[in-house]
Amino acid sequence: MRIIRIEANAYDEIASYARKQLPEEACGLIAGTEDEDGNRLVEKVYFLENIDHATDHFTLDPREQMDAIKDMRKQGLKPLGNWHSHPESPSRPSEEDIKLAYDSKASYFILSLMADNAVLNSFHIENGKWEKEDLRIFSEKYFF
Amino acid sequence: MTLTVAGEKKEYKDGLTLPELIELEDVEMPQYVTVSINDEFVQTEDKETTVLKEGDSVEFLYFMGGGC
Repeated sequence: MRIIRIEANAYDEIASYARKQLPEEACGLIAGTEDEDGNRLVEKVYFLENIDHATDHFTLDPREQMDAIKDMRKQGLKPLGNWHSHPESPSRPSEEDIKLAYDSKASYFILSLMADNAVLNSFHIENGKWEKEDLRIFSEKYFF
Repeated sequence: MTLTVAGEKKEYKDGLTLPELIELEDVEMPQYVTVSINDEFVQTEDKETTVLKEGDSVEFLYFMGGGC
């Protein structure tokens, strides 16, 4: 199974941004690098507008999405997937998340804010099926 | 002719249509992909009939959305 790593600081930024967007869902993109085994390192998180401005749905703005993709290219980063928050539900793909996951190469990060502590998981979604990826939140002192 | 597709310059036959490019580039689930040419989004109704020209820069963007 693929390992996908993100620094604790980046995770904190996602959680903090998503809390600020409550009660709406927050969303964005993740970019980074991938090694020959398919293991991924998130090096940049993009915070994009949820053009639905809804509590139970999100859509990325295609214009912002395109600008982010170009920025990734400039920085030599690969698009790794997207992230969004679930303000009041668990960190797992909803039926709609599964239905709308059209890019099988993407890692789908879902951040749940339903409890005091934010919970982040990454998923691979393809052909209506999903599996949890091995997401590791690391820091300088704790790398695994 | 030379096109820039997803940031990469590549050679294609003259008169290539957008549906042909989508097939050549093996774009998965193209019905859910937004296409931009030279930073302008292609309207869904124009996707089938768009013909590409020398120097065009094409981007494919998957619709990204979901629920909770």
